Amino acid sequence: MLYREAGQFKTSYAADQAIFPLAQDRIGMAIILAVAFIAIPAVANEYWLQTIMIPFLILSLAALGLNVLTGYAGQLSLGTGGFMAVGAFAAYKFATAFPEMNIIVVFLISGLISAAVGIVFGVPSLRIKGFYLAVATLAAQFFLLWLLVKYPWFYNYDPSGVISAPPIDIFGFAIDTAVSKYMLTLIIVSVLALATKNLVRSHIGRGWMAIRDMDIAAEIIGFRPLTTKLSAFAVSSFLVGVAGAMYAFLYLGSVEAAAFDITTSFNILFMVIVGGLGSVLGSFIGAAFILTLPIFLDNFPRMLGFEISVETVTHLQFMIFGALIIFFLIVEPHGLARLWTITKEKLRAWPFPY
Amino acid sequence: MSFKKLALALTGAALLAAPAVSSAVAAENEQFIPSLVYRTGPYSPNGTPVANGFADYFNMLNARDGGINGVKLVVEECETGYNTAKGVECYERLKGKGPTGATAFNPMSTGITYALIEKATADKIPIISMGYGRTAAGDGRVFPYVFPLVTTYWDDATAIIKYIAGQEGGYDKLKGKKIALVFHNSAYGKEPIPILKKMAAKYGYKFSEFPVQHPGLEQKATWLQIGRRLKPDWVILWGWGVMNSTAIKEAAAVRFPRDRMVGVWWSGAEQDVLPAGKGATGYTASTFHGAGADYAFLKDIKKYVYDAGNGKGKKENVGQVLYNRGALNAMLEAEAIRTAQEKFGKRPLTGEEVQWGLENLNLTAERIKEIGFEGFIAPLKISCRDHVGGGKIRIQKWDGKKWVWASEWLESDRSMVRPMIEEAAAQYAKEKGITPRDCK
Amino acid sequence: MAFFLEVLTGGLLTGVLYSLVALGFVLIFKASGVFNFAQGAMVLFAALFFVGFIDLGVPVVLSAILTIAVMILLAYLIERLVLSHLVNQEAISLFMATIGISYFLDGFGQTIWGSDIRRLDIGLPQDAFVFGASVLGDDIFVNELDVVAAVVAGALVAVLAVFFSKTKIGRALRAVADDHQAAMSVGIPLRSIWMIVWAVAGIVGLVAGIMWGAKLGVQFSLSLVALKALPVLILGGFTSVPGAIVGGLMIGAGEKLAEVYLGPVIGGAIEDWFAYMLAMIFLLFRPQGLFGEKIIERI
Repeated sequence: MLYREAGQFKTSYAADQAIFPLAQDRIGMAIILAVAFIAIPAVANEYWLQTIMIPFLILSLAALGLNVLTGYAGQLSLGTGGFMAVGAFAAYKFATAFPEMNIIVVFLISGLISAAVGIVFGVPSLRIKGFYLAVATLAAQFFLLWLLVKYPWFYNYDPSGVISAPPIDIFGFAIDTAVSKYMLTLIIVSVLALATKNLVRSHIGRGWMAIRDMDIAAEIIGFRPLTTKLSAFAVSSFLVGVAGAMYAFLYLGSVEAAAFDITTSFNILFMVIVGGLGSVLGSFIGAAFILTLPIFLDNFPRMLGFEISVETVTHLQFMIFGALIIFFLIVEPHGLARLWTITKEKLRAWPFPY
Repeated sequence: MSFKKLALALTGAALLAAPAVSSAVAAENEQFIPSLVYRTGPYSPNGTPVANGFADYFNMLNARDGGINGVKLVVEECETGYNTAKGVECYERLKGKGPTGATAFNPMSTGITYALIEKATADKIPIISMGYGRTAAGDGRVFPYVFPLVTTYWDDATAIIKYIAGQEGGYDKLKGKKIALVFHNSAYGKEPIPILKKMAAKYGYKFSEFPVQHPGLEQKATWLQIGRRLKPDWVILWGWGVMNSTAIKEAAAVRFPRDRMVGVWWSGAEQDVLPAGKGATGYTASTFHGAGADYAFLKDIKKYVYDAGNGKGKKENVGQVLYNRGALNAMLEAEAIRTAQEKFGKRPLTGEEVQWGLENLNLTAERIKEIGFEGFIAPLKISCRDHVGGGKIRIQKWDGKKWVWASEWLESDRSMVRPMIEEAAAQYAKEKGITPRDCK
Repeated sequence: MAFFLEVLTGGLLTGVLYSLVALGFVLIFKASGVFNFAQGAMVLFAALFFVGFIDLGVPVVLSAILTIAVMILLAYLIERLVLSHLVNQEAISLFMATIGISYFLDGFGQTIWGSDIRRLDIGLPQDAFVFGASVLGDDIFVNELDVVAAVVAGALVAVLAVFFSKTKIGRALRAVADDHQAAMSVGIPLRSIWMIVWAVAGIVGLVAGIMWGAKLGVQFSLSLVALKALPVLILGGFTSVPGAIVGGLMIGAGEKLAEVYLGPVIGGAIEDWFAYMLAMIFLLFRPQGLFGEKIIERI
């Protein structure tokens, strides 16, 4: 009832190929964007913006990047943290070498550099598959971080080995408050998410999915594994690199390479799997779940007024987190995004299912 | 199916409720002290005693003196797990709590310190990073709200070389000696390299570097190189966590003499030597405070906190190196509050007022004795320009059961360290577009 | 020359320690196709219980038996509560489930036993052998603990080999590994087989935990040894027990030699990524690992 497409006729190819063919989807999207762009900056306090919304958006973008590679193209990767670090350090180098350069351009360039590195580390995927490839991408993770610590040139010979974001301004607006950082993050993430959504519907995206489903068959029907797999690595690393640059510049401000260690890579993989492989929406849901659940579990007992030692809370939090991951996998092995798809199916007939 | 939806809805609702982080209405006369701790994760064996000492000292002040000049001290812990993102979350959650907001933050992690420097400076809340963090922050003109108190890694490097020279019989005897640095391959571990190189040029010792990749579970190759091929006269250990005990153990396995190893203060706690067993006997490490429970303030902690059943940890762990470090950290913060109260009145203070207290902190030998820290640390004086205070360093030796002193208090080479701090701070100021304030 | 031999033996012996951890991965992957991310957590979990019992005053042998009982119970619960609900799911979902398990175990083990470092001293030697002085002109140092670990690992592999080839359960395990469907159709109970495999992996985890625990002390970092086992795993192949041993030896020796001879040229601390690079370059020539089953692709 609420979600019925009956009566929505498509009279042109353009309408048929629209990104959101249903009016309900368009309205829903408009509401989400309105909330994100208008309501949240208006009502959210600094705590919410700084510790939840900004990292949520940035990690969503990283998860989206990994989802392109793992969810759409079927190449399992555990090197996400390394590519984020490349993006962050590239952005730092460019922002300090060319202080007058627009920060968005800096982010895009660092994304491109990360993409180039991604292509290099994507080459083994032409030979290696599945979990073997996952472990091989760990080589990228460890090597890149080692490299970034090893050569002081990457952090401008700072004796502390840390990169600190220089002050940011765009067309004269200084980006220094939580709200302005949030808005900049939101704009970049929205644009890139939209672009990715369109990309996966295009010829390139269909090629990725064909490779994922069966690479030999895909090769036979005319997709070249070389270009298809490497383009997936490139696009994925681009998004991850931009996310890394934003993580350093808009979220933490100062980071050392160790902030992008193997735990980061695993966390982003969790987001993708829990959220849903091969789903743009899933990347966002997964990021929200993995990021906010520990924060929530941390605060929850205190909200109820329990005085438990932080140690016990964290250990319990680990246990609950692990149990919830298993629970959701058992309930819906294809990720939280699938739950939304099922809900949509239900809503088509609701409240008169028969 | 409806169960699924219910579960999802519940989770969603619960997540939405998260922002309503309760901020219980605090009593008026309370000073709120946030404590970022890491009692879980790979570094929890080190983080737990630091956090215990920190909380116990404030609780002791509350129990013994009723707080500071009648202002009760309320400590709230927030678990970071040594993770930068979680540290930032803790900071944002706790900075506004209590009647006057957070007193000061002790991030207890170098990564969190870096991430908080700008935020805390904007919020006017001091950051105390005692014995870690950004060394350049010792220049108070560029970093008004950051206090790497007592001493810095660079000071430590000069003090260790001074100790080695003393053992060898003078700086002139260093010529031709081989000194190796085994370090955690990270920003933290690389920090002493420039100054050790500089001193190598000055004193003529041969310096070699051996990085160990995090987490440092495996160091056989490193120690075979050191113990069997290079055979240096001295090894300086700059490790963290499990890397330390592994290093000591591997050194024992290649029979490198442990009394020729000198650790940084993060490589010199019970947690580092106990797992190495007998092999650790004779190992030395630098420190800036005493070990053992034989100090007046620790007796007070036992009496007022543990005997009342309010201790955070186990009574027998009072006096461990890292426990004492946590307590020292608390004492410095408490003394800063006390100093600031003299100027602003005996009431809860804001972060900005505490910053003044920190900047005017003057721990004379008399004052140290008065608060029960005699022999525990060397005198210390902070100023607007110098946020370190020029504390002294002492070498301790593990005798198989406990840490004993192996040297007198050593003055670091400030004439070499200070210009390097100012230079690094100037570079930071340039990158960030900060105009250093004038300290007259 | 003596130094080279020393590094080589040191590396080989360390490699055996890696193999011990890798073995646990192999067992489970072989029998159920699950990439068990929780193996590292199981190592820590088993070691925590073992040292916990000892600290309570339980004799060493009894502690080991009790811990084995705990690991069997754990295997039963994992099979019951997790795996049985995820039969026929994609490999990546199962992988994710084991990540959930690993979080749970980390939290649970530390809730019970706390997060202090616990020293594990069950009389394993800590000193170094010195030998070969006259032959090569210089002494060779070999760590005694490493030798003990190598002997234990060798014994363990021998036992596993006998178990796999001579016992009924072992044959059933191999049958399951070859083909789930066919194994079930000849009456092999898949679920109890899985439980057995997880229990055996738990016991292997306990052995690894004792060896590593004697080296490092029992603490959270113990779960990180899993990262050291991953290159061993890809080099040896996910499905081969001898592969885990040979892979471990190659990775151990390779990374130590690289650190000593290549490290000074391109900068030290290269052990970690070098192990992965070595494994990756190797894979380019043999995508299924050294002893892995040949990947046959059909359309």
